[in-house]
Amino acid sequence: MLELKNIYKNYNPGSVNELCLFEGFHLKIEDGEFVSVVGSNGSGKTSMLNIICGSIDADKGQILVNGEDITGKKDFLRQRRIGRVYQDPSKGTCPGMTILENMSIADHKGKVFGLGRGVKKHRMEAYREMLRPLGLGLEDKMYTKVGALSGGQRQALALLMSTMTPIEFLILDEHTAALDPKTAEIIMELTDQIVREKKVTTIMVTHNLRYAVEYGNRLIMMHEGNAILDKRGEEKKQIHTEEIMRIFNEISVECGN
Amino acid sequence: MALILSVLEQGMIYAIMALGVYITYKILDFPDLTVDGSFPMGAAIACILISKGMNPYLTLPVSFAAGALVGMITGMIHVKLKVRDLLSGIIMMTALYTVNLRIAGRANLPIYNQENIFDNHFINSFFPSSLEKYKTVVIIFVIMILTKYLLDWYMNSQSGFMLRAVGDNETIVTSLGVDKGMVKIIGLSIANGLVSLSGCIFANQQRFFDISSGTGTVVIGLASVIIGTSIFKKVTFFRVTSSVIIGSLLYKACVAVAIRVIPASSDLKLVTAVLFLVILVIGTDRRKKVKKDA
Repeated sequence: MLELKNIYKNYNPGSVNELCLFEGFHLKIEDGEFVSVVGSNGSGKTSMLNIICGSIDADKGQILVNGEDITGKKDFLRQRRIGRVYQDPSKGTCPGMTILENMSIADHKGKVFGLGRGVKKHRMEAYREMLRPLGLGLEDKMYTKVGALSGGQRQALALLMSTMTPIEFLILDEHTAALDPKTAEIIMELTDQIVREKKVTTIMVTHNLRYAVEYGNRLIMMHEGNAILDKRGEEKKQIHTEEIMRIFNEISVECGN
Repeated sequence: MALILSVLEQGMIYAIMALGVYITYKILDFPDLTVDGSFPMGAAIACILISKGMNPYLTLPVSFAAGALVGMITGMIHVKLKVRDLLSGIIMMTALYTVNLRIAGRANLPIYNQENIFDNHFINSFFPSSLEKYKTVVIIFVIMILTKYLLDWYMNSQSGFMLRAVGDNETIVTSLGVDKGMVKIIGLSIANGLVSLSGCIFANQQRFFDISSGTGTVVIGLASVIIGTSIFKKVTFFRVTSSVIIGSLLYKACVAVAIRVIPASSDLKLVTAVLFLVILVIGTDRRKKVKKDA
């Protein structure tokens, strides 16, 4: 269970650009939930993910994981049990290293990176088996540098790498936004499949309202640092894309966009 | 022949230093000026320990350890105190000037009459007198190759993979649950350890420590790295460490030729600087920048 309690976040305090994003923000995510988060730019979606992962600090408030307070914990320590996929496909992989090397380091996540050999040759077949279902032919390119792959291929690899070791949370930060529609579709299906198989608690930020409605068992819409819509279970199944679109337009009109 | 031998000797000694610069400049993208201080530090340590009667071979690990410590401090200044990379190096380089003077006790310290790693009972009994003049180059070659293979071995370890990853994409290091600051500190440690080791071998060969021997070390290192990695960019059949070594040899050869044509030895530093500029301009580094953005 992940809980954000009474979060405050203020950008550029004391300057003319002061932006008060969160004022007493609450969110509770139960184990096994697949939460889709939508909202306009600047509504606080990515800031929320960054606060959870420790990439930025909240000014006030607590972050609890299974009741344990992780608010002051260093980002790299928190991320040992979090998998994260970014919008930018190059952020989830090492471009200068081969597919085999990338998968080897991802496979070692959470352990001590010591003087043992970096490449896990004996795991080669296992890696190939993981890549084969993608249908992208990556299993035959184990010695190709990841920098030479396309955005979609890299993102598929990043998604696999982030979920290779047992994790408690999967954080998807607009991970299909930089891909063409067809590739985005493939990545989204792969995501759904991985989340189902591993039963990992997932938070997915997306600008694609259709994905938000189609996938996951909970939907949150954020606006100016608040969750203005929060539907789960049966309620969520009733929601249609048109309805979300309507609410989305309403709040955007209010803002004058 | 003497000229070729001298180029080989110097080139291989400086190659070890260039391997260190390769780690900071190419892998960590950290322009580390500490090397201008850690190179003479290795030399100072070698000369003072040898003059005090220590076994010359022990000066090698001691110098490496001292360099690693210095690199670690540079890393801590940068990572923990959040000082910019260039400034962290400048601070350490300046501080090391005094430290080196204190280690050696004075600005220059000759060890002409002592044994060193190239000239001692054991080695002399080993080499027939006909091969006397190849002694130094053979020993340097052995040390350099050992260093290269050790570094290759490390770079292929899990820890070495993190070092490569931190230069490639810092974000992924954090998401693997590894402290990227620590990885940088380790990288700077190894780099300056190598530089100091190189300084130690240099002092053993020159039989002399001079406080100014470190000036311009970083330029020699960068030039070697850039020559090596630009020329052998497309070559995949040998490792990048080998390209850096060849880069260092080529650079020393260029300087040796330049010395022959310049009027006075006081012009050497200017020649070095111009040579470095030419290498930078010809080198394909700018193309790499474009590729990085793509």
